[in-house]
Amino acid sequence: MKSFLKYRELWLLAGIVVLIGLISTRFPGFADPANLRQVFNDTSILMILALGQMVVILTRSIDLSMASNLCFTGMVVAMLNAAHPAIPIPVLIVIALLIGLVLGAINGLLVWRLNIPSIVVTLGTLTIYRGATFVVSGGAWVNADQMSPDFINFQRAALLGLPVLSWIAIIVISLFFLVMTRTQIGRSIYAIGVNPTASVYAGIDVGRTKFIVFCISGMIGGLAGYLWISRYVIASVEVANGYELNIIAACVIGGISIAGGIGSVGGAVLGALFLGIISNALPVINISPFWQMAISGSAIILAVVLNARGERRQGRIILRKAEAA
Amino acid sequence: MTDTPAPRHIPDRLDEPLSSAIFSWEALLVVIAIAIFIVNSFASPYFLDPWSLSDLTFNFTEKGLIALAMALLIISGEIDLSVAAIVALASTMMGMAVQVGAGTPVLVAIGIAVGLGCGAFNGLLVTRLGLPSIVVTIGTMSLFRGIAFIILGDQAYKGYPESFAFFGQGYVWWVFSFELALFLVAAVIYWFVLHRTSFGRRVFAIGNNPVACQFSGVRVDRIKFILFCLTGLMSGIASVLITSRLGSTRPSIAQGYELEAITMVVLGGVSILGGAGSILGVVLAAFIMGLVTFGLGLLNVPGIVMSIFIGLLLIIVIALPIVWRRLREGRFA
Repeated sequence: MKSFLKYRELWLLAGIVVLIGLISTRFPGFADPANLRQVFNDTSILMILALGQMVVILTRSIDLSMASNLCFTGMVVAMLNAAHPAIPIPVLIVIALLIGLVLGAINGLLVWRLNIPSIVVTLGTLTIYRGATFVVSGGAWVNADQMSPDFINFQRAALLGLPVLSWIAIIVISLFFLVMTRTQIGRSIYAIGVNPTASVYAGIDVGRTKFIVFCISGMIGGLAGYLWISRYVIASVEVANGYELNIIAACVIGGISIAGGIGSVGGAVLGALFLGIISNALPVINISPFWQMAISGSAIILAVVLNARGERRQGRIILRKAEAA
Repeated sequence: MTDTPAPRHIPDRLDEPLSSAIFSWEALLVVIAIAIFIVNSFASPYFLDPWSLSDLTFNFTEKGLIALAMALLIISGEIDLSVAAIVALASTMMGMAVQVGAGTPVLVAIGIAVGLGCGAFNGLLVTRLGLPSIVVTIGTMSLFRGIAFIILGDQAYKGYPESFAFFGQGYVWWVFSFELALFLVAAVIYWFVLHRTSFGRRVFAIGNNPVACQFSGVRVDRIKFILFCLTGLMSGIASVLITSRLGSTRPSIAQGYELEAITMVVLGGVSILGGAGSILGVVLAAFIMGLVTFGLGLLNVPGIVMSIFIGLLLIIVIALPIVWRRLREGRFA
């Protein structure tokens, strides 16, 4: 199965290379290392979010509240910064992680303790968290001139040729790679997705593991909240509205099966990059950005069709259908 | 999506004893609806005016129409996230037709046909290619609304004919709007189809055990395809209503309706895992959501804060029976 997964990611990578090649024929500067670094940086937040969503989807759950979590945490962090500019940025990041963790833990507890389907829980918290953003902010925006220069410039500082934002993405990707491939919890997450019943017999606490994945996706949402606000330098209730579906789209394009158990860190990263390249390329090759939505929609459908073929080859679909029944 | 699939009952018995009717989900919803109604009428002196109550219904009729078909789809174990995008695309197509001088009957036909076509497209992808509906419809959601964006960009279509305004703004009798009448008629039809026909029984059966259905001679894929078409059709009808009510089309029309429609369905007691639910519950949930939004609106609560109440309502209503059962069994936590 592993070699097959690798094959699928190589396949996606080849697709991305072809895509970059096609764009280069219209706009030769696109394949420049400097430009590709820019694309990577622009996509960093989506990559981080896709990884957080990935661990949830792997356990056959879904987190629709990530974008609202991002919005809420970003707002709180921005207001903190506006009120107390002296708080150092690393402390703010820790605060963002903690707020995200609490929001994720609420989702996780409801899924774990009450056994409510995650799609219902996070559909509820999706609206609650965004509404809470309005309550804490009173509907006001936090603008660039209210944020401290450190708050805005931290992620833009260059470090060994890359902005800090890119480094944060690289660190998060590496951490996820280590956790998913080299730790017990990583293997448990896969096991639950492949066969929850067998996982119980194998001594895995399914409920607790689901709680943990929601905590992870919550922390990621919180981290992305700070990064998003300091990148686009505006905090409002509308931030990242509807973005939860982009995150899921990145996962789906990256070959992560919505039925759980199949997917990898590399896939999530490449899926996000694919969407990032499209959104970066459209303006430079003179296609109206209004095309972006339809193009990513088509890419999702295509990706699902191709993924489903791959899964069917393993004879898993039938098993899962019988199980769900 | 739960770890241990709970044993499923078919709750839709034909002869329910009285006691179970009293403690049913629908009864809980009725109590909640009455409570909200009473709170609202104390909170605002304007609430009990017949015209206010009539305005209230516009808050949920369009989404409610979609929720009726969505309920059947979710009971059968599938889901459609693209409904709001279908509304946008159908509305855009109607707007295009207006630019070349189409009349009201043609506009309605176009709206409904586009909805049906989009639903059939979803249905084909799910049933012919065997794809998971949640992902397919996330894709078609971007695709359908994306096409609307390609056609319209940041523009808007206006200039709908006068007679077209009736669907979203007209009244059938006194304070009863066309939208409300249509919603009630559709609710009765859907109730009949789901609870009184063999087609409805098959929908429940598919949601409970698609494999067994297949072996029992139920054409699972065909029924699912029909349900996707129905959901598209209702989205097309909702598109006619909303376009008529607003009198203009932007590509961002009906943004977020899919989640509100699904919230109605789940709040109405339909199991998101499929196999259980009732149309009465969905209709009550639609009224409750309308009551909450409208009552809070009279108190000048902003829309975004209302969404907190809707979200809390959703989680609490689902969680309460579970907590209650566990407390009674004395094995909480």
